[in-house]
Amino acid sequence: MNAENRLREKFGEKIKIEKPNEKRIYVTCDKDDLEEIVKFIFRDMDARYIVATGLQNFDNFEILYHFGIDEEGKVLSVRVYLDKDKPEVKSLTHIIPGIAWIEREIWELLGINFVGHPNLKHLLLPEDWPEGNYPLRKY
Amino acid sequence: MGKKRVVVPIGPYHPLLEEPEYFTLYCEGEKVVDVEWQPGYNHRAIEKISESKHWDQVTFLIERICGICSTSHPIAYVNAVEDLLQIEIPERAKYIRCIIAELERIHSHLLWFGLAGHFLGYNTVFMWSWKYREPVLEICELISGNRNHYAMMKIGGVRRDIEDEDIPVIKKKLSEIKGKLEMLTNAVLDDPVLAARLKGVGILTKEDVKNYGAVGPTARASGVNIDVRKDEPYAAYDLIEWNVITCENGDVFDKAVVRLLECLESIKIIEQCLDAIKGKKGEIETEVRDIPPGEGIGHGEAPRGEVFHYIRSDGTNRPVRHKVRAPSYVNIPTFKASCIGETISDVAIILAGVDPCYCCTERVSVYDMEKKKKIYDFSDLIKLSQEKTKRVCEELGVKWKE
Repeated sequence: MNAENRLREKFGEKIKIEKPNEKRIYVTCDKDDLEEIVKFIFRDMDARYIVATGLQNFDNFEILYHFGIDEEGKVLSVRVYLDKDKPEVKSLTHIIPGIAWIEREIWELLGINFVGHPNLKHLLLPEDWPEGNYPLRKY
Repeated sequence: MGKKRVVVPIGPYHPLLEEPEYFTLYCEGEKVVDVEWQPGYNHRAIEKISESKHWDQVTFLIERICGICSTSHPIAYVNAVEDLLQIEIPERAKYIRCIIAELERIHSHLLWFGLAGHFLGYNTVFMWSWKYREPVLEICELISGNRNHYAMMKIGGVRRDIEDEDIPVIKKKLSEIKGKLEMLTNAVLDDPVLAARLKGVGILTKEDVKNYGAVGPTARASGVNIDVRKDEPYAAYDLIEWNVITCENGDVFDKAVVRLLECLESIKIIEQCLDAIKGKKGEIETEVRDIPPGEGIGHGEAPRGEVFHYIRSDGTNRPVRHKVRAPSYVNIPTFKASCIGETISDVAIILAGVDPCYCCTERVSVYDMEKKKKIYDFSDLIKLSQEKTKRVCEELGVKWKE
């Protein structure tokens, strides 16, 4: 069974799947289900962690967690939307150790808080960067 | 009595590095017990600048992310935009993309190999491999006009064609490099000192590759068979015959072997691509006028591993978000797994084994935390590494020769 069908079977209504073409899968989910879905993708489906992209839209924040399904030659991205006024999501470092860096980067550049991150401090910006200044915020 | 911990800071600046970082090694005696890292010393906000450039200008901007992988980023970027647009590029452009990407792989791997040789005290290796790297750069200059920053990639195709009369020249140079590379590879595989010095050093397990998401030769040396060129073929990689090189042990020796064998594989790829375009005429680009709203993901195999780009368009002539992930971003954290428990004389080569790092080892000093006194600087650390090679030579009864 391919990756897309496994996800559909396991999570059903919880997720919305978009496929702009054969090689790309975008899965949109609620931020409360994120941990469970990522755990399934990373551990059970054995997908390769690539990176996460954080961005700000006009009325919310968005994070995409990218995974490589190398056997099928596909990239799977899990999309969550976060609240405009208090952007916050659970840290996934306990599932994917390598995700620690990008969470720190998104935190400092976009001001999204990662609850439960073991070491949430500046990665690219200097340590004395003024608080509340987020270079990638637009609105 | 508790053991005294010594902190060894490595970094942050060095003229060679693509990504300056700052490493802190915590040592007990000779043994490294913890590693910390701090990048950001050369944060240029490329992602932010990219949001203010025209789609076509972005290719030039991201080419300048890194001087050594200066074509890998543009390839990943044009793949991402082409993914958004859902267009096919002409076949001739596909082959030309492959040729440039593989030339880059050869010179990058040779550069790494030379420096690795220097760290171990084999300056002959350093001089050889940099000498054989030179003809590769000459080929790049012949094709693109530049030894680096080729500016060949363009959304929808490539910017320059390869002329028919250049092909025999390129092929002749390649066949010369091939002979030298084979000699170098055999010299490495047979050398008892290199084996004694590098085998079993800085082992990265398959599990750590998975946990940190390591890519490229770092992952392939640990037996993880991932290569974007095979897994999701872009350019002309699905039109030609070639193999993914993997090794099993995950130590520094295997990382060197993977890279050297990959160079030979690259020559095979380039030769096939040249044969495919020789004597034929054809378009080298598909015209692209507007970029519609949407999002695209593109990735490509750089010499160090997978480069990943995500772009989002709102229909204007600039991207609204452009995310770039270079391979070192996931390879560097693996030091946490590969350095701990190793001795300090091996650290220079383990850090170098992943490939971002000779960059960082230039300015190393060892400080005694209690006395705040400088004990070693970088040249001492290299000396430690070279002395260990000397000791290994004596144990094996081999005559030490630089």
